[in-house]
Amino acid sequence: MSEAKKFNFIGQRTIRPDGHDKVTGKANYAADLSLPGMIWGKILRSPHAHAKILKLDTSRAEAMSGVMSVATFDDLPSVSNEAIQSGEGAIDSLDLGRNVLARDKVLYHGHAIAAIAAKTVAIAEKALELIDVEYEVLTPVLDLHAAMKADAPLLHEDMFTQGYPEQPEKPSNIAARHELKMGDVEAGFAEADVIVERDFVTPTVHQGYIEPHACTVSYNTEGQSMVWCSTQGHFDVRASTAKLLAMPLGNLKVIASEIGGGFGGKTTVYLEPIALILSRKSGRPVKMMMDRDEVFRASGPASAARLTVKVGGKKDGTITAMQTSIAYEAGAFKGSPAMIGGMTAFTPYNCPNVYCETFDVVVNKPKVAAYRAPGAPQAEFGAEMAVSELAEKLGIDPVDLRLQNAAKEGTQTVYGPKLKAVGLVECLEAAKNSPHYKTELKEGEGRGIASGFWFNIGGQSSVTINMNPDGTGTIVEGSPDIGGSRASMQMMASEELGIPLNDLKPIIGDTESIPYNQSTGGSRTTFATGMAVIEAAQDVVHQLKERAASLWNVTPDQVEWRDGSAINTAGEGQMTCAEICAKCEKTGGQISGTGNVNARGAGPSFAVHVCDTKVDMETGKVDVIRYTAIQDAGKAIHPSYVEGQFQGGAAQGIGWALNEEYVYNDDGVMENAGFLDYRIPLASDLPMIDTIIVEVPNNFHPYGVRGVGESGIIPPLAAVGYSVGDAIGANVSELPCSPPRVLKLIQEKG
Amino acid sequence: MAMVFFSGELQRFTGEEKTSVVALNYRELLGELHNKYPDLKNSEISEMAIAIDGEIVHEPLLELIPEEAELHFFHFIAGG
Amino acid sequence: MTKVHVTTSINGDETEFLCEPHDTLLDVLRNDLSLTGTKEGCGSGDCGACSVTLNGRLVCSCLVLGVEAEGAEVGTIEGVGEADNLNVIQEKFLEHAALQCGICTPGLIVSTQALLAENPSPTEEEARYYLAGNLCRCTGYDKIIRAVMDSAETMRGEVK
Ligand code: FES
Ligand code: FES
Repeated sequence: MSEAKKFNFIGQRTIRPDGHDKVTGKANYAADLSLPGMIWGKILRSPHAHAKILKLDTSRAEAMSGVMSVATFDDLPSVSNEAIQSGEGAIDSLDLGRNVLARDKVLYHGHAIAAIAAKTVAIAEKALELIDVEYEVLTPVLDLHAAMKADAPLLHEDMFTQGYPEQPEKPSNIAARHELKMGDVEAGFAEADVIVERDFVTPTVHQGYIEPHACTVSYNTEGQSMVWCSTQGHFDVRASTAKLLAMPLGNLKVIASEIGGGFGGKTTVYLEPIALILSRKSGRPVKMMMDRDEVFRASGPASAARLTVKVGGKKDGTITAMQTSIAYEAGAFKGSPAMIGGMTAFTPYNCPNVYCETFDVVVNKPKVAAYRAPGAPQAEFGAEMAVSELAEKLGIDPVDLRLQNAAKEGTQTVYGPKLKAVGLVECLEAAKNSPHYKTELKEGEGRGIASGFWFNIGGQSSVTINMNPDGTGTIVEGSPDIGGSRASMQMMASEELGIPLNDLKPIIGDTESIPYNQSTGGSRTTFATGMAVIEAAQDVVHQLKERAASLWNVTPDQVEWRDGSAINTAGEGQMTCAEICAKCEKTGGQISGTGNVNARGAGPSFAVHVCDTKVDMETGKVDVIRYTAIQDAGKAIHPSYVEGQFQGGAAQGIGWALNEEYVYNDDGVMENAGFLDYRIPLASDLPMIDTIIVEVPNNFHPYGVRGVGESGIIPPLAAVGYSVGDAIGANVSELPCSPPRVLKLIQEKG
Repeated sequence: MAMVFFSGELQRFTGEEKTSVVALNYRELLGELHNKYPDLKNSEISEMAIAIDGEIVHEPLLELIPEEAELHFFHFIAGG
Repeated sequence: MTKVHVTTSINGDETEFLCEPHDTLLDVLRNDLSLTGTKEGCGSGDCGACSVTLNGRLVCSCLVLGVEAEGAEVGTIEGVGEADNLNVIQEKFLEHAALQCGICTPGLIVSTQALLAENPSPTEEEARYYLAGNLCRCTGYDKIIRAVMDSAETMRGEVK
């Protein structure tokens, strides 16, 4: 590790290489590609939250003029329930197929049933009305209480709870139960002088990316079919789509368009397999785009959760035991991030006695998708609220209590490994010393502080750097760039090669121009793809030295690489990268460097946020008046985009805490499926979000990088929640702290 | 001799919190554990990631196990 | 349905197109004129990704019909600046890293241009309220607001 290393490019605030295209409107996103002869696909969606499909007849629609093809579940070759890689690990391909197009049963309002491709959107929409469907309407199961009752209506008759020693006799909506424990919580609580025990509830929320899901596809019977779409992982889109359509991977090329936000929600497929069927059956390219309403009703929300948290501490501030039981809504199919909840809830604490029990529960809502640190915000919300209350009851400053019990290098986690070097203590100290924390609160204002832990992942990334005869080069990577990562890749390659940033152009290769890459998620891109870039650049440098050596007729070890030039240490001479590249045809052909990694050693990134709010006691409206986000980046490659991740995560977390929630009626119909009523934070809702980048290097990365994308969404829930409670003098237990809920708390308190 | 620690989930199959195992690599380790605890065949242990002295390895198939290592099995984490 | 013939000016170019009476200006721009810099985030006037100017007034093009462009002057992101000759606002957005995914950026730049034409010296609060119709999910707005305030200063000639 090169802590003292002097960098030429790393740490600067460069202009991103894709920036000009994005500020001039030239960048092409999912909905921006049109092809000759292209037709439009639209989807028929279930009007019921829970029903059997008794009859599905598309013949009248097919007969309509202008309709080119129709797709239903029967067009999906039968798939077994094998696991396919997706954003949250592996998902069951049978479930995936049934989510893409319902079979036998519809499981949420908005569940796709059939699709039509027609010459215009208007014709396709009209034709949808001609599809005859008969339903037997069933009672919807809309929340965790209802779903977990012994006599609850079942979504899946064949689902038995996993995770008990014996398989239960009766099927259930509880897909799985997980348990994690260490030490002895009973003994821990017995030692405690103060115990806090509370229930918490968090709502269903949406990632809220501004770009709706969309794709343009072209099926090719003989050769290769093409999918152009907005995704965090085009290799995973290829895997899922090929699986559902029983195609060999090599017959499908997936091109990742520019992506207009994802936050985890664009790690699975919704439209792509349907569009390909429609294209195959019509012989025409097909474009599909979800309306915003469809995005809310049928694409990945994040789990609502109910949790009970119990923490105990001694008068001297030692936390002696921490315990939680959390149920997560998975939506219509199993696979909520329940287990992650148990793994993250108390990881910011060095506490020997921990017990976490979590449940993965299906309900009649859209299947959840990953959302920035999936599972952690809900769990850590409860944990951090309880710890703040413990601090208050013990009469200890909430930062000091956290510092006293902070996880650090060597702390045993409940999920297994001991932590390596981490920066939680540094983040807490930075919080304590921040101008924000030193600002005195005025009457009617409240303050909340919370920590957040996320593992971060590494994984598979492949990069090729192709050098051109003039000494410029192209960095071909396979990680869709969702927040400016091309800038970091360019900086890391320039750092190694020593040539100007603009001489290196980073692009996102399609699935056939580069080997498999895991999706952009898990805060892995700058870390793992960055490692592959560094490796590829070092490979190029190695070859450049060899070429220079052969031109000078010396051995490669007599050549040194310095600031973009080869230096002949055995004699006189210096050759620039461009000069060597220009002579490539004489020295063995062109140069390309590769880096293929399955990166390990991703360092966790801890975050600490401080939030001040002011509550209007008449209306219950909450204003965030001061906000500071502090997080460990290991080493910030491009500080502006690192800060941007902190701020973006904070804003999403503030939205989660204050306004955002799916509102359902009794029939299971979402009543606020638009940006007017599902209110994500607006410019006028937020203050400036101050940031402090802490850098505790991750020794597994050549520059010390830790991923920063996810942790930032975790602390806001409790930082905001506690702050609101502090401002009004009541206990907040349910999010969002929307005006009616806050007003109720104010009135109850009297 | 390496020390293997079992999560709550795996303890249901092993009945113990930890055990010491002599194994040069991951394959031997898994073989040893299956010999010692036949019930593990009902667990997801072979799909789990492993932390070797705190370093997390998602695909451990070819991994060497250092002597005196501390080993923890746990589930794969992806993220958003 | 019979299509309607519309003559209009887009970014100063005389333009003619045929559209259905129900087609939105956003559809026409994107699908018929291949001006895909204007984005669709909601189609219901709630996100601002489709912001354009119509006779100098800031509108959501998803709420305007294509036929309403008849005889009008339409301004889109494609008319704001060229890659080799960026407008100050575009430069400031890049300099301040005021975009992550960038899907909101064309709309925000068009809106900022309208803001600064109306009010060359907005306060931070005025800027936040003027831009409240432009949703950004990635940035938390901090860097956007900085870019807007810096653009205003630069355009007023107050070099820092
Ligand atoms: S697309 Fe027009 S406001 Fe959202
Ligand atoms: S940069 Fe992604 S929505 Fe604004």
